[in-house]
Amino acid sequence: MKQLARCAAGLVFGLMSGAAQAEVTLSVGYLKQEVEAPAVLSNLDPAPETQGVDGAQLGLADNQSSGRFLGHAYALEVAEITPGGDLLAAARDMLAASPFLLLDAPAEDLLRVVDLPEAAGAMIFNVSAPDTRLRDADCRANLFHTLPSDAMRADALMQVLLRKRFARLALVAGEHAVDRAFADALRRSAQKFGLKLVGEREWRFDADMRRNASQEVPLFTQDLPEHDVLLVADETGDFGRYIAYNTWLPRPVAGSEGLVPVAWSRVVEQWGAAQLQSRFQKLTRRDMRDRDYAAWAAMRVLGEAVTRTNSADPATLRAYILSDAFELAGFKGRPMSFRTWNGQLRQPIPLVTDRAVVMQAPVEGFLHQRNELDTLGLDAPESRCTAFQE
Amino acid sequence: MRLAPLFLSLSLAAPLAAEEIWVTNEKDDTISVIDVATLEVTRTISTGERPRGITFSRDFSRVYICASDSDTVQVMDPETGQILFDLPSGEDPEQFVLHPDDRHLWIANEDDAVTTVVDTQSRTVVAQIDVGIEPEGMAVSPDGRIVITTSETTNMAHWIDTETHELFANTLVDARPRHAEFLHDGAELWVSSEIGGTVTVFDVATQTEKAKIGFDIRGVHPDRVQPVGFEVTADEKTAFVALGPSNHVAVVDTATYEVKEYILVGRRVWHMAFNSDKSLLFTTNGVSGDVTVIDVARRAPVKTIKVGRFPWGAALRP
Repeated sequence: MKQLARCAAGLVFGLMSGAAQAEVTLSVGYLKQEVEAPAVLSNLDPAPETQGVDGAQLGLADNQSSGRFLGHAYALEVAEITPGGDLLAAARDMLAASPFLLLDAPAEDLLRVVDLPEAAGAMIFNVSAPDTRLRDADCRANLFHTLPSDAMRADALMQVLLRKRFARLALVAGEHAVDRAFADALRRSAQKFGLKLVGEREWRFDADMRRNASQEVPLFTQDLPEHDVLLVADETGDFGRYIAYNTWLPRPVAGSEGLVPVAWSRVVEQWGAAQLQSRFQKLTRRDMRDRDYAAWAAMRVLGEAVTRTNSADPATLRAYILSDAFELAGFKGRPMSFRTWNGQLRQPIPLVTDRAVVMQAPVEGFLHQRNELDTLGLDAPESRCTAFQE
Repeated sequence: MRLAPLFLSLSLAAPLAAEEIWVTNEKDDTISVIDVATLEVTRTISTGERPRGITFSRDFSRVYICASDSDTVQVMDPETGQILFDLPSGEDPEQFVLHPDDRHLWIANEDDAVTTVVDTQSRTVVAQIDVGIEPEGMAVSPDGRIVITTSETTNMAHWIDTETHELFANTLVDARPRHAEFLHDGAELWVSSEIGGTVTVFDVATQTEKAKIGFDIRGVHPDRVQPVGFEVTADEKTAFVALGPSNHVAVVDTATYEVKEYILVGRRVWHMAFNSDKSLLFTTNGVSGDVTVIDVARRAPVKTIKVGRFPWGAALRP
């Protein structure tokens, strides 16, 4: 059987390389600004260096396999900029080659790229920045988001906590900007869903928790008021892993650790997800993560738009993906589409542990007049984004 | 209720005559066998890993089972439940159709983006045909000249000439096509789209779209209305379409393509099979782990039968 499979793969490749005479060709750039990752207490889970790019490669392969039946060809060019490197020069080069760009960069860098004169009329996909402000006052008409925002993840978690009647929450947040941003999202979301945040602590320890977490964490959490769940905002994966089972009160942990709202996780297996997981595994020999999923989705959004419009013109594709006709099958059980007020891909958010999907938001019973997925993150009346109103 | 033991003893006395529905349980690696007379599970048979597609040979002397995670199609003696042999199937066989020649199985290899043609007599692979990503739905025209593979992520129906093993048409449908069937003597092809929430009807002669059927269940969000398997009545005037997590089966007029009504069944209804006179319809309900029995004439559910975990496919053994 192995023999056969290889032979088949060869055949697919042969067909794809014959795509030079394709009628429509879409080439996409993937531009990554590398950042120095802050040191964390444990080195157990190093972040894969090819995060994001791998997802885009799978999306490319998926698009190519569909495109060969339609005379549509796809290409992907990847550029990685080292810290301190000239991101804007690379962005100009890529935008000169193609108006379709996947951007893997922190929010500040991302805004510098989308505001380049060369980026006007381009279709740029944010696959890495969860910052809610990019979907709010700092939105741009040429910027789409396939990664869920902090607000979407926080709302997903709050829906589950409310459903479980965990009404009193305490919060431990790290000092990094990403921790603070997620903590802000959790606070706002708790208020939105009527849950009470009874106490907060900021994580300021510099001790090595592998040695003494069992002594430090109980004391650190001892004076928090009575709560049902302890929220942890530790988006760099620093201290959060040492909280569970070490708290003063025996309480479940949620947020960046414990019960975690994600765009994607290896434990998502329903709705045909097992097939996406195994395709990704086959390509990369590792598990698919949030950023991989966002990059895969961005490629598939473009692929789906080309398939349905038979065009590679950015204005045509942009109009199509913002129309009611567009939907993406994203292996999360519901059709996904774009919010026309801020360019965010609406999508379900699985709430996962290391071992299983606990629930998926939107949780049953959270209703919306248009689309239940809009109970997660910034809805039209909440968002201050005006760039999409032309 | 006193009738039930009587039926049971009858079926034990004459197991050969009893009409049965065979249901594959995807997450139990078993088949639940339902006696159509008593509407009880009479036995549970072990299979390979993750059994999904299931179909019988024309004389019902063999049953073919897609054991997806074992990467094989198992051939079982339905009398004894013994596996006779495994067929080479390509990786991850999900669903298949038996050609009217009763000899060739056309198999969708979900992980491999190919359709594999296997000769069940020589037990060899005759051909592998490249199709779109995640092939799943399989159908064969009554004259045996066309086989259809639908691909879930490519969102197409691929039309394969069974003589040449070549694709002669690729037609787009809505997102995540799951199941395909020829109707009206092969004049029409129906393809369900799970995420798109529609069934597309093609004119087979021209491979063009003829109609699209949408569904609207009061009180159920459209996103949850996800068409998967469907079956047509003996007179082909009515189609029953399983609508996944909406937990309903739609009743569709095949002449006007209008939905007449919706029948409430178990959770995440998937595939279906009729009994021999097509008076009863058995639906597999993946999430609730049961089978709903629908009275076709009354269009009403009459019984729920507990089976294994994640029932997927269903097939009649008369």
